[in-house]
Amino acid sequence: MNGLLAILARDLRLASRRPTEALMPVVFFVVAASLFPFGVGPEPAMLKQIAPGIVWVCALLSSMLSLGSMYAGDHADGSLEQMLISGISAVEIAAAKSLAHWFMSGLPLIVVSPLLGLLFDMAPDSIGIMMLGLIIGTPVLSLLGSMGSALTLGLRNNAILILLIVLPLCIPVLIFGAGAVSAYEVGLAPDGHFYLLGALLLLSALGAPVATAAALRISV
Amino acid sequence: MTDLLRAQDLTVRRGTEVLFKALNFELSPGQLVWLRGSNGSGKTSLLRVVAGLARADGGTLHWRGKPIGRADDYRSKLVYLGHTNGLKDDLSAVESLQFLTTLHGRRHSSEKIQSALQRLGVAHRRKLPTRMLSQGQRRRVVLARLALESSAGIWVLDEPFDALDDAGVALVQDLMHENVQRGGSVLFTSHIPIAAAGFPISELRLQGMRAT
Repeated sequence: MNGLLAILARDLRLASRRPTEALMPVVFFVVAASLFPFGVGPEPAMLKQIAPGIVWVCALLSSMLSLGSMYAGDHADGSLEQMLISGISAVEIAAAKSLAHWFMSGLPLIVVSPLLGLLFDMAPDSIGIMMLGLIIGTPVLSLLGSMGSALTLGLRNNAILILLIVLPLCIPVLIFGAGAVSAYEVGLAPDGHFYLLGALLLLSALGAPVATAAALRISV
Repeated sequence: MTDLLRAQDLTVRRGTEVLFKALNFELSPGQLVWLRGSNGSGKTSLLRVVAGLARADGGTLHWRGKPIGRADDYRSKLVYLGHTNGLKDDLSAVESLQFLTTLHGRRHSSEKIQSALQRLGVAHRRKLPTRMLSQGQRRRVVLARLALESSAGIWVLDEPFDALDDAGVALVQDLMHENVQRGGSVLFTSHIPIAAAGFPISELRLQGMRAT
């Protein structure tokens, strides 16, 4: 546990030393989502209908942005080696890095998502449902992303490869996350979607760090 | 049971090429071993196996009679410094050392870290991000970890004298000597001759399989 906290604290401190880099995912999120009205036309009814999907797709893409450098920096400067021989289990390292990634690219998205909801004229209730979905769903993106990042560690041009590995795995999160809001808006209970998102979170929290750990041991 | 590290029939390959095979050696308390060999003979690979970062393709590596992967107290004694420094560019020397020592379960106060940096002659730059230090200064920051150790440890050092000036080399030799006197052991590689160290050094030679 101490190791997890030490790695988490270090990653957050590193992010605070490079604030512009740390803000990149959330800026991308807002900019990408606000491009849609220009592309599909300013029809309010249609925008309102596709808003949850837009927000989720943009959240997915922006959390993929920083995956390439998730382990690469630590790999290049030898920090990862020091972590692996320190006696802290590789699973704990993977969990700490995933958590740090979520703090930097999941949490900020949740915070600014109501803004996008207002931009697309979503009802306050729908915005709440969307945020709840993001709270359960974005950690899954970080956990799966960590796995992809560890698998491609040390390869050249790994960014595209990470997307190819991780994006298909993220599709269920996208379906149930955006689906919860759509279901609510047509008068159905969104509970089922949340249960499934929760199940995905449990599954990836249990499985992804173990897979990441195995990938890290191979790559280093 | 003595703190003995014993390698038996160690084989390490890189790709299909056999770097060395049937390597036997022992590292006992109070021993200083200079690992020698030509470029590409597998020195770094061997050190990585000893540090537990890589797995040998054959043979066993035991510490106190147990495989190193299962010897819990082995990791608490191990200090491994590789080619890469393990410093983050954006963190200061003190922050980096605090992180590294906490990670290894050896938390130190910032005063203690400061005095270790003092000994290595880089205390005046302790608050700067390490990207603003020279190559040699960065190496000195990393080597300050050795000055923080106070118990007998197993030190696995890959080219510790790299980028150091003469005074730095002498200082690191002193640190290695202190560890050996405490009953620790040191396994290191170096391209510069350190015959003038004034204390006994054993040699372990790796003969490249393709050479001769």
